[in-house]
Amino acid sequence: MKQDIILAGVGGQGILSIATVIGSAALEQGLYIKQAEVHGMSQRGGDVQSHLRLSTSPIHSDLIPHGSADFIISLEPMEALRYLPFLSEDGWIITNTVPVRNIPNYPPIEDVLEELGKLPRLIALDVDAAARETGSARSANMVLLGASAGVMSILEPDKLRDGIVRIFSRKGDAVVAANIKAFDAGLQFSLKNK
Amino acid sequence: MAQKQLLLGDEAVALGALHAGLSGVYAYPGTPSTEITEFIQAHPLTAGRKVHCAWSVNEKTAMEAALGMSFAGKRSIVCMKHVGMNVCADPFMGSATVGANGGLVIVSCDDPSMHSSQNEQDSRFWGTFALVPVFEPSSQQEAYDMMRIAFDYSESRGIPVLMRLTTRLSHSRAAVECIDDADAVPQNELKLPVNERQWCTLPVCARVRYSQLVKDYALFEQDAVASPFNRLEDGPDKSLGIIACGLGYNYLMENYPGGCPFPVLKISRYPFPKELILRLSGMCKRILVIEEGQPMLEERMRGIFSSGVTVLGRLDGTLPRTGELSPDCVREALGLPALKQHPASKVIAPRPPALCQGCGHRDLFTALNNVMKDYPQGRAFSDIGCYTLGWLPPFEAIQTCVEMGASVTMAQGAAYSGLWPSVAVIGDSTFTHSGMTGLLDAVNEKADVTICISDNLTTGMTGGQDSAGTGRLEAICAAMGVDPAHIRTFEPLPKNYAEMEKVLREEIEYHGVSVIISRRECLQTLKRHIKK
Repeated sequence: MKQDIILAGVGGQGILSIATVIGSAALEQGLYIKQAEVHGMSQRGGDVQSHLRLSTSPIHSDLIPHGSADFIISLEPMEALRYLPFLSEDGWIITNTVPVRNIPNYPPIEDVLEELGKLPRLIALDVDAAARETGSARSANMVLLGASAGVMSILEPDKLRDGIVRIFSRKGDAVVAANIKAFDAGLQFSLKNK
Repeated sequence: MAQKQLLLGDEAVALGALHAGLSGVYAYPGTPSTEITEFIQAHPLTAGRKVHCAWSVNEKTAMEAALGMSFAGKRSIVCMKHVGMNVCADPFMGSATVGANGGLVIVSCDDPSMHSSQNEQDSRFWGTFALVPVFEPSSQQEAYDMMRIAFDYSESRGIPVLMRLTTRLSHSRAAVECIDDADAVPQNELKLPVNERQWCTLPVCARVRYSQLVKDYALFEQDAVASPFNRLEDGPDKSLGIIACGLGYNYLMENYPGGCPFPVLKISRYPFPKELILRLSGMCKRILVIEEGQPMLEERMRGIFSSGVTVLGRLDGTLPRTGELSPDCVREALGLPALKQHPASKVIAPRPPALCQGCGHRDLFTALNNVMKDYPQGRAFSDIGCYTLGWLPPFEAIQTCVEMGASVTMAQGAAYSGLWPSVAVIGDSTFTHSGMTGLLDAVNEKADVTICISDNLTTGMTGGQDSAGTGRLEAICAAMGVDPAHIRTFEPLPKNYAEMEKVLREEIEYHGVSVIISRRECLQTLKRHIKK
């Protein structure tokens, strides 16, 4: 079994924290993993993406071929659309609906959401609001990860929770608990809406 | 005991070096190489073993210091992005002449597709040029394993080894099986070279040594033929043979999950293993060469005279001539049908990188633009760093960026040619990297230039590493001979625009060397400092 994930967002949003948790869970579960990241210039507010590949057998390429990503997980709605050519025919998009408008020509958000809405397998939610509702506005990334966990079959939600504990434990119990809560909120949303 | 760690290619190199008995890393930050040194700086073995890990002023000083460590018998690495090789070319070429005593590995991280760079140069050429062996790992595991082998090889053959990575390996993570820290190879004791004579490149010694090096290079090739990192895998279909260098091998195998039907020569170690290439051409009369970077092997295989073998690759359009390889372009080169994919969205807009909101570079550019409006004939020469983004809208405040330090010296040449005002905009770390020597030229020539050092107290673009001149820029400029009356400092903030513009105008009107230091801490490092 193999699942390919494109993680997308805007430089500074912190897509790599999602990748770190998935990577830790995958390693613990004994999966093969490759995760290509973007460092350097693009991190200055530009579009950023990470190719994350999980498999039960060895993985060759660090990059995902066009047309074969099972998931696009995006912290920004237009950025989710940017990587459409990577998505497989029956792939899922799990995305935040809140735009980051740091460019003058950002398209009307209705157009972005409408185009997303045409895709058959979509989970779209305002992860910032969902995170605030759980009482931890800074855990929006974990809401999105939770929402993804509802459709990602290669990793068990419990393994991802363990990953969150491992990654955030040095920041204290309160931070771990807040991130788990955010993760669970995302997971519930996705189980209800998938 | 073996254990698995999830590591970037850069981190695998770093850990491989530490586990191989490293005594020092010498480096200047540069994407995609920065994480090698950062990993070593943060690793417990580094403190325990007193491994040198402070940043160097530039790649040349880094290379020289590492060479000194090799002279003293210890193991060292030098790390840089590909263009750093240009900066340290002199000591690098010299290192091939004098050889290595303690193991010396130079790690150069290439950036095909120029994700964060000014060109696509392929570091493998340096190996051929200097006559040193090159290792090119195709996976994170190979990167880790190769470090130890490279150190051993460097010591056994008495030659520095060049390790070439590319962005996709440097910045991609995978699980790497590695030894425990407790089992790391002990560091070398201080031990002087047996033949100290070869360490002085006076012609009388260098001629002897160069003849020897040419002979040794033939040995390096034999070693490459015998190396397990180069292997010929047979395949039933001889209508095509494939040579896959470095990461090219992964993109090939990605497209044949059940195994490649054609014979494949995987190359991860150079000089090119001619014997293996000839064995492949004995089997197949059409050969596809998959290389990340420039078509180096392909060009050699095509040669000038026809060999009866058809060579396919980047030069005939089978693969794209420029840019990094991908599983998709290799798929196309293999003649396999494209995977079904969604059409690209028409709604999206490009989102280029930009300076952070509130960044001090922004305020300098705003003030500079306001002043330069009155000097439409003037030009601002700039340099490598976050502030290169000042070329883009909305600022469009600078007109050039070539390589580290060029702003100071290009402004000089333009000023001599009659261009006025000739302004240079350079960052603090770039200034100490390669701008200082140019400033001395400007002082000696009494050049009519206005040099703005946009000092954010760090090496910003690569993530906030220490900057070599922090706190001493005024003293450095004064010591170089800049008239202290024309070393001016301001804090770039919107509330200071009037003062900033006055200073800029006065120094442009002064017909000599002025240095204006625009100083405010990088917001990214400031955030980190506040968190602490």
